[in-house]
Amino acid sequence: MTNSRQSNEPPRLNSVAEFFAQALAIEVEATERYGLLADQMEVHNNKEIAAIFRKMALIEAEHRNEIARRAGDALVAGRPASFSWTGPDGPEAIDCEGVHYLMTPRRALTLARFNEERAVKYFEAIAAAAIDPQIAAFAADMAADERNHVVWVDQWLEQIAPDEPGWDEDPDPPVHSE
Amino acid sequence: MMKSPSEASLSIVLTGSGGAGVMTAGQILLDAATNCGLYGFMTRSTGPQIRGGEAAAMIRLSSKPVQSPGDRFDILLALDFENLQRFADELPLDSASLIIADPAAGEMPGFLSNTGAAIGLVPMSKLAKGVKGGRIAMVALGILARLICLPEAAIIAAVAASIGRKKPEALAASEAAVLLGASAAPDVAVPKLPLPGAPEQGRWSITGNEATGFGALKGGVKFVAGYPITPATEILEWMAHALPKCGGVLVQAEDELASINMIMGASYGGAPSLTATAGPGLSLMIESLGLAVASEIPVLVVDVMRSGPSTGIATKSEQSDLNIAVYGLHGDAPHVVTAPLSVGDCLLTAQWSVHLAETLQTPVIMLSDQSLGQARVVIDRPEDVAFPTKRLAPEAPGAGNERYAATESGISPMAIPGFPGGQYTADGLTHNTRGTPSSQAKDHVGQLDKRQRKLDAFDFGAHWAEIDGEGELAVLTWGSTSEPLREAVAAARAGGIKVKLIALRLIAPTQPALLAAALEGVKRVLVIEQNHTGQFWRYLRAHYDLPNEVIPIHCPGPLPIRPGEAFAHIQEGARA
Amino acid sequence: MNMIPNVGKAFVPADYKSAVKPVWCPGCGDHSVLISFQRALAELAFPPEQVAIISGIGCSSRIPAYTNCYGFHGVHGRSLALATGLKVARPDLTVLVASGDGDGFSIGGNHFLHACRRNIDLTYVVMDNRIYGMTKGQPSPTTEPDWDTAIAPGGTGLSPFHPLVIALASGANFIARGFAGDIGGCAKLIVDAVRTPGFSFVQILSPCVTFRDDQQKGWKNLVHAAIVPETDDPSRAARRLMTDDGFNTGVLYRGNRKPYQPMPLAHHTPSHLETEFAI
Repeated sequence: MTNSRQSNEPPRLNSVAEFFAQALAIEVEATERYGLLADQMEVHNNKEIAAIFRKMALIEAEHRNEIARRAGDALVAGRPASFSWTGPDGPEAIDCEGVHYLMTPRRALTLARFNEERAVKYFEAIAAAAIDPQIAAFAADMAADERNHVVWVDQWLEQIAPDEPGWDEDPDPPVHSE
Repeated sequence: MMKSPSEASLSIVLTGSGGAGVMTAGQILLDAATNCGLYGFMTRSTGPQIRGGEAAAMIRLSSKPVQSPGDRFDILLALDFENLQRFADELPLDSASLIIADPAAGEMPGFLSNTGAAIGLVPMSKLAKGVKGGRIAMVALGILARLICLPEAAIIAAVAASIGRKKPEALAASEAAVLLGASAAPDVAVPKLPLPGAPEQGRWSITGNEATGFGALKGGVKFVAGYPITPATEILEWMAHALPKCGGVLVQAEDELASINMIMGASYGGAPSLTATAGPGLSLMIESLGLAVASEIPVLVVDVMRSGPSTGIATKSEQSDLNIAVYGLHGDAPHVVTAPLSVGDCLLTAQWSVHLAETLQTPVIMLSDQSLGQARVVIDRPEDVAFPTKRLAPEAPGAGNERYAATESGISPMAIPGFPGGQYTADGLTHNTRGTPSSQAKDHVGQLDKRQRKLDAFDFGAHWAEIDGEGELAVLTWGSTSEPLREAVAAARAGGIKVKLIALRLIAPTQPALLAAALEGVKRVLVIEQNHTGQFWRYLRAHYDLPNEVIPIHCPGPLPIRPGEAFAHIQEGARA
Repeated sequence: MNMIPNVGKAFVPADYKSAVKPVWCPGCGDHSVLISFQRALAELAFPPEQVAIISGIGCSSRIPAYTNCYGFHGVHGRSLALATGLKVARPDLTVLVASGDGDGFSIGGNHFLHACRRNIDLTYVVMDNRIYGMTKGQPSPTTEPDWDTAIAPGGTGLSPFHPLVIALASGANFIARGFAGDIGGCAKLIVDAVRTPGFSFVQILSPCVTFRDDQQKGWKNLVHAAIVPETDDPSRAARRLMTDDGFNTGVLYRGNRKPYQPMPLAHHTPSHLETEFAI
C-alpha cells in the first residue's frame, strides 16, 4: 500500500475507452466528494461553505456529463467501466481532513483549487506519456478543462477577503449526544 | 392432617453422602414405580460439594398425577447420617412415619429421633459388603421395594436400564444386593399404594427444564445462546443436543451479556431465539432487553428463579424475580412476562411464550423456577397445542416499507436481512417510523404509544390464567405455587369449603378486564406467593382492582411451599 | 487509479450509501472509512440487502444508518455478540461489524477475545481514534498513558491496549491495520478481510478532529506500509506485533484456521424427540 493518499503517477492506459472510463470515474468521484462535504457543512450549519461545495459539485457534475457525451460509444452504459474500487483516490478527491466545521470560504476554495491543480498535472502527465495520439489529445483537453476550473476558482478567491484570526474559535464546548 | 381427596400418595426420601449414589437410586425407584403404573414427582437436595456431598432424593408416588411435594414423608431411608442436619427443615416426619437407618451409621441425630417416627434398623452397609461389588444404595432399594410392595423385578429392570449398558458385571452385583435388601426389610406396616399395572400409552417422565426446552422447540426456536448458571443449565444442555436435530444451533456464550445479544442478532436475522438463565444472569441482561423492546426484536428469556438476592441459594427455589422481570428495564419499556404453573406446564408456557414473542415482536421473560426446573414428574402425555405463529413480514419487496409504522395493532412489518428493499437499521436510539434516530417529541411519544398499543390491543386468549371453581373465597397466585395450591384447594373443597383458584400464567401486560371477570362474586382473596416482600401482591395492588378483603401470604424460599400449609391458610380464610 | 478493465461489476459505491447525512464532525476520519466501506462493498459486488452492518455505541458505531445495508445499532460493547448470533443463524449473509476503540476494547473487550477464539466468519472494523469521542474526550484503552484529560489528570499511566497482539493471541485469523486517510487502501483491506474466511480484524486509525487534532493530524506522515511481507506464522507475527510502532499498515497476519459455523445435524420436527420422554 502506498504512503497514505493518492498516487500521483498516471496510470497506463491502453485504449481510448479506458481513458474515458478513467476520466469519468475521476469526475464522478469528485462530484460525490464535493456533495459529501456539502452535506457535512449543512449538517453543521455552515451554509456558506455548503453552498460553495454544492457549486463545486455542480461544476464537476457538468464536467462529468460532458465527458460522458464525448466518450459516446466508447463507454458502456454511461457508467465507468469497472476497475477496482480499491485503488487509490483520484486526483480530485478532497481529503476528508483539511475541512473544519467553521472553515471559511477562502479555506474551502483553497482546498478546491489545490485539487483542481492536481487534476491539471495528472492529465498533463497522461498527455505527455500517452503513446496513442488520440489519448494524448483527449488528455490535453481534460487538462485544459481543469485549468479553466483553476482560473475560475482563482477569480472567486479574489473576491474574498482574507481570513480573520480566530476564525476557528467556538465559544461553546463540544457536546455529546449519546 | 390434610387428606387429599385424590388417591393417597406415598412420599419417600432417600438420604446419604460420600458417593453412595442416592440420586441414581432415587431415579431408579421412580422409574420402577412408574413402570408399574404409578405417577410420580421427584426433587433433590444436595450439599455444596461438587462430589461426595450429602444428598437427598425425595420421591412422591401416587395413582393419580402429582406435580407438587407432599406435606410429609412416609418413609425416610438414611444410608448414613453425615451432615444430614443440613436437610432438617426439608424432612417433615411424624409419628406415622418410618425411618430406616443403619446401626453402623452411629447415633441418630436428635431432629430425627424427636419426630416420634417408628425406627427400623437394617445393617445395610454390612449386607452390601456381603455381596461382591454390592452397593449400599442397591440394598436400600430392595428394602424400599419390599416396604411399598413394588416387585423386586421392577427395581432390577430399572437398575439394568440405568447402569446395565455401561457395566454388565455391576448388574449381577446390584441384583443380588437388591434381593438381599428386600429380604432384610423390616416388617412394618406402611401405607400401600395399589399398583395399576404397566401404564397405557402416553406417559412421560420429564423435568421442568426439559419441558421448557421441548416447548420452545415446538414453538419454533432455531437458535439458542446461553451461559451456564444454576438452575438453568439443563435447559441449555438439553437444547444443545436436541436443537441441531431440528434445524437449529446452540452456541455457548462467554457471558450473559453475550447471550442476550447473540439471540437478538439471530432473531434480527429471522430465527426465533431463546436463552435461559437465573436471577443474576437476568440482571446482566437487563440493558439489552431494553434494546430488544426499543428495536422490537422478538426473544424469549427463560429465568429459572432461585433464592435471592444476589448469589443467594443457587439450588433452592423462590419467586422473587417478579419485580425485576416486570419493572427492571430503564425507561418505559413494556414487554411480556409469563410464568409456567407446573412442571408439565413448562412445555405449554414455553411454546406459548415463543408465540407471543414472535407475534408481538418483543422480548418475553418466562419466570420458571428451581422447584419446577429441576423437579421430575411422571405425567400423562400432554395434548398437542398449535399456535398460529407468524412474524409479520412486509408484503412486497421495497414496498415503501416502514419498519416501525404506527399501525392500528401496533405491530409493524419486520423485514429480514436478504429481503430486497427492506433495509433498515434497528436501533436502541429513539427513532421515527422509519427507524431513523429522532429526538422529536412526536416520534418519541408515537413509538411509545405504538409499543404500548401492540400489547394492549392483543388478545392473549384463555392461556392467560387457569381459573377453577366458584366461591366468595378465592386463592390468587402465579407460577410454581399453583400446583401445591391446587392440591390445597381440592382438599378444602373435599372438606366443604367453596373456594376459587386463579393462577396467572401471564404476569405482564396486565389484564384488568379478565381478572375483574374472574373475581366477580369474590369477597375475600388470599394472595399466596414464595418471596419475602409480597412482590405479586404489591403488583396486583398497583395495577388491579381487588376485593375488599385481601390476605397476602408471602414466604420466601428456601423451603418448598407444601399443600398442607396452604390448606391451613384457606381454612383460616374461610372463617368468616 | 487502478486501471484493470473488468466489465460487469453490478454496483457502484453510491449504491451502498443511504440518504442519511452523517453527523460526524467535518474532518473526522470516519467519513473516509464510510467511503472505504462503500468502495469495498462495490468491489465485492454484494447486493446491499445481503449485507448486515452491526455496531455498538460511539461515533464510529453510527455507520450502519449511513449505509443502504441492513443494520443493527446495538448497545455499548456488544456488537460482536449481536453479529455472532446473526451470522450463526444466517450464514448466507455477509456480516460486518463496526466499532471504536472504547466500544470495542473497553466494555467490548471480553467479547473481542471470544470472537477471535470463535473464529466465526465476520469482518470486524474498529475505527481507533484513541479517545472516547462521543462522551467528550475521556481516555480509551488505546490512549497514550501520559495524555491529560479531565477524568484522568496527567494521563492514565496505564499501558495502552494492543488490539492486534490480543487478536493474534486469541486466535483471530486475519489481522490488518489501515489508515482512514488512505481510502483505497482501507477499501482493499476490507475486501481482503471479507474474502478471508473466519474472523478478520481490521484496525483503522481514524483521527479525531475535535478532541485529538493536534496529536493526530500528523498521523498521515507516520503511517507506512509494513516493510516486511505479511506472515502466516503466529510466532513471527507475535514478535513483529509486540515491537510494532503502531503505524505499520497492511495485512500483518493471515492464518488458515477453519471458520466456526455450527450447523444443524438434521431437520426433524420436534415431535420426533418425544421418545426421549415417553415411558
